[in-house]
Amino acid sequence: MRVVIDLTRCQGYGQCAYLAPEVFTMHGDEAVAYDPEPDDAQREHVLRAAAACPVQALHVDRNTMRHWTAPVRRLGDGSGGIVRDGHIVIVGGSLAGGRAAGVLRREGFTGRLTVIGEETHEPYDRPPLSKQILTRRVPAEHARLPRLREVEAEWVPGNPATGLDLAAKSVRLADGREVTFDRVLIATGTRARPWPHEAEAALEGVHVLRTLEDATGLREALAAGPDRVLVIGGGFTGSEVASACRELGLPVTLVERGPAPLVGALGGVIGRIAGDIQREHGVDLRCGVTVTSLEGDAGRLRRARLSDGSTVEAQVAVVALGAVRNVEWLRGSGLAAGPWGVACDAGCRAVDVNGLVTDDVFVAGDIARFPHPVFHYQFMALEHWGNAVAQAEVAAHNMVSDQAHRWPHLSLPVFWSSQFGVNIKSVGVPTLADQLVVTQGSVAERRFVAVYGYKGRITAAVTFDQAIWLEFYQRLIERAAPFPPDFRHVDMRRDSGPVPAEVPERALAGEGATVVVTGHDPAERSASLLYGEP
Amino acid sequence: MAPDDVFRQILDPAARADPYPLYAELRETPVFRREDGTWVVSTYREIVELLHDPRISSDRRNLAHRPEGDMGEGMGGVSFITTDPPEHDRLRRLTVRHFGPPHSPGVVEALRPEMLAITTELVDGLAGKTRADLVDEVAYPLPVTVICRLLGVPREDEPRFHAWADAVVESLGPGEEDRAEREQARAEAVSKLQTYLADLAVARRDAPGDDLLSGLVTYEGPEGRMSPVEVIATSALLLIAGHETTVNLITNGMLTLLRHPELLKRLRAEPDLIVTTVEELLRYEPPVHFLSSRVALADIPIAGTTIPAGAPVVLVLASGSRDPAHVSHPDTFDPDRRYSEHLGFGGGIHYCFGAALARLEGQIVLQQLVNRLVNPRLVEDPPPYRPSATLRGPRHLLVDFDAVNPAAP
Repeated sequence: MRVVIDLTRCQGYGQCAYLAPEVFTMHGDEAVAYDPEPDDAQREHVLRAAAACPVQALHVDRNTMRHWTAPVRRLGDGSGGIVRDGHIVIVGGSLAGGRAAGVLRREGFTGRLTVIGEETHEPYDRPPLSKQILTRRVPAEHARLPRLREVEAEWVPGNPATGLDLAAKSVRLADGREVTFDRVLIATGTRARPWPHEAEAALEGVHVLRTLEDATGLREALAAGPDRVLVIGGGFTGSEVASACRELGLPVTLVERGPAPLVGALGGVIGRIAGDIQREHGVDLRCGVTVTSLEGDAGRLRRARLSDGSTVEAQVAVVALGAVRNVEWLRGSGLAAGPWGVACDAGCRAVDVNGLVTDDVFVAGDIARFPHPVFHYQFMALEHWGNAVAQAEVAAHNMVSDQAHRWPHLSLPVFWSSQFGVNIKSVGVPTLADQLVVTQGSVAERRFVAVYGYKGRITAAVTFDQAIWLEFYQRLIERAAPFPPDFRHVDMRRDSGPVPAEVPERALAGEGATVVVTGHDPAERSASLLYGEP
Repeated sequence: MAPDDVFRQILDPAARADPYPLYAELRETPVFRREDGTWVVSTYREIVELLHDPRISSDRRNLAHRPEGDMGEGMGGVSFITTDPPEHDRLRRLTVRHFGPPHSPGVVEALRPEMLAITTELVDGLAGKTRADLVDEVAYPLPVTVICRLLGVPREDEPRFHAWADAVVESLGPGEEDRAEREQARAEAVSKLQTYLADLAVARRDAPGDDLLSGLVTYEGPEGRMSPVEVIATSALLLIAGHETTVNLITNGMLTLLRHPELLKRLRAEPDLIVTTVEELLRYEPPVHFLSSRVALADIPIAGTTIPAGAPVVLVLASGSRDPAHVSHPDTFDPDRRYSEHLGFGGGIHYCFGAALARLEGQIVLQQLVNRLVNPRLVEDPPPYRPSATLRGPRHLLVDFDAVNPAAP
């Protein structure tokens, strides 16, 4: 049987760990780890756990969707504005693509459905790859997502798309095949950013972590008991890998270019707290430095040289420098696709190079760059599990709805990370902030709520083992509530007022492509993309 | 009818058998102020919001106007049910350490064989009869025995605290007008219970066992240890709550199943169905109908009105779980619902501490009753109810049956 927990919804009640303790385990107050493919002998226990989940975040055996609380209201001609026939092609068979396929069928789409995937195996869930799979609590192949057996779709695995022809409405595949469509969903996601120096990246012992194969390889490397593991990059993936290494008892050095880990996502104040937690757990944390080179010996990694002149002897290095969006296949397609992702409107319809919205091309998941009304209509691309799911549902719905029935993707970004026994969750956009204040709990106890503000409005909240309060702050963000919060509440231990949030300058992913506008009359003006060398 | 009049009717024992039509009337005004200043919240969305709202306190000392005699101590002293974070979190963590994950994940599951054995024994006791009161003969003794084993209370002492616990429970409930009187009645029972538990705690400290009480008195961690007063308050809370709620789950459950004979048949054929049946019971006929000791710490704008700081707040959980804006066909008992979220155990940081235990007990005992009672019938419908509107359930549940099947091997 297969299990997946929607950790965006999970509030850490732990009921699953009471009722199926062999399958679900709590790490610290509220981080839950689990075997995504438990033995059938655990079936009864898992069913009890799923029924008991107070927020119904536990999905068993199928890629089900929660029903919307309020029935979907359809207006108009009785057909409900649904497109029932035709051929829909989904490019990308991972979380967003799989979810969209399910939603299309649920929405009443009865036409032909094709899912094109790059990878050869069934869709799997990535969050466990940097956690319970690295620590060998569960076998790597257990990360497969619950089956899409309900979904009637034609699967084309191991045959990535290589081109998109908007005029002919067709997708070109690696084997040369052309697949025509009436509507297409682009959900090709991202891949790990490789170590920039190719020969060094090829050394045995140098890993990235994105796919199931990556996780299997890294897991074996860690199991061999290296004297030290070097983690390059202190984002969420790097920090979680460091956490897994410490759990395995391995010495680990983490090198982060910024002043603290997680700074890119959460800012300097919270990043320093995350850094303190890492050090408390024995991580040799080096901030404000970079790895300048990886050195090998007979093809095996031996050491790394850092920008401060020091060296780190390590047999395993994990390159955790973020992700690269899989947009290359869209070159020349006429879509506004580049290193920033694929631009689209809030209804997931792709935007072409001129900034015009297309009718039949939709985008969802890590690759989609969409304007968010709550955040000043800034375009954002969110590499979060919850966003992939929510956006896929909106995209799929809109693909089979007419204009009067489309939904906007307005859900606030929510993400989570569990590391060193702490469950970190975030709602809103912490990097859109000038100040933050700890409203509830205590930083010293590692259990707190930090609220971020921008120009006097609340824009985000981050919790460390306090996820149960997150939705309250989500509502404050949605209502543009004033910052700092000025009401009385439980667990007020505010020993300091708001402090600067220390968020990094917003970096635009502009390298690699340039937008050029040509023409004078409105009718002839157009934009185009110039690509530099990668 | 004015919402306050509806609410008065709900509190009237005459409404105990079927308060649900009154809840439907109540929901027409999702949040309203009673004449006595209490604010009543009856719709799902608003209840869930307030359960997760840090501006809501569970500590009655935060009331703007506290009735005389209100000690604000709830059930037998300051425990996690009547405190806010950080006190609440510390006390609950120190207790859960001996009961559930992350430190004791297998405790509840390990009790399963014992629950099964106790249940079998109780149902065996019905053999040879054709009529039984399921409250006195099954639903009450099971949770009492389980909580005694868990806490380490000698079973022979059970009758002594039975009376104390009853007195405490009957004093709970919404409404401010007679609260002082009720507090008085409670104080007496509580002090006897506390004396008893204090003696037991001393005995466990000197000779610890593997029970929860021994854990509470001996454990010392980075957050320190529980004070003797906290140990007594916490164990009193667990005893009373573990006692007076599960009994309702079981009897409300059997009552509901006997009203749905087709479901009895299905349950005999589909053993897995008991899991979602108990879940649906928690939504449809929950053991706890109100949370009535909450206080607003700040002005809270909600549902077009504002609950003022210092006001008492009552959350009508049983109404929220039947809110048609949240669940379709709310008045239909349907164990085949999927993704059914309900308020049967509350929500937020005060989510029922013993939820996992209650679920297992409910599943085990209802399954046995369904499988073993031959041709069970209700003797009277509705049955007589206990007076409490908060912890609502039958006082007796007389059932006729033709025979008792032997327990499955």
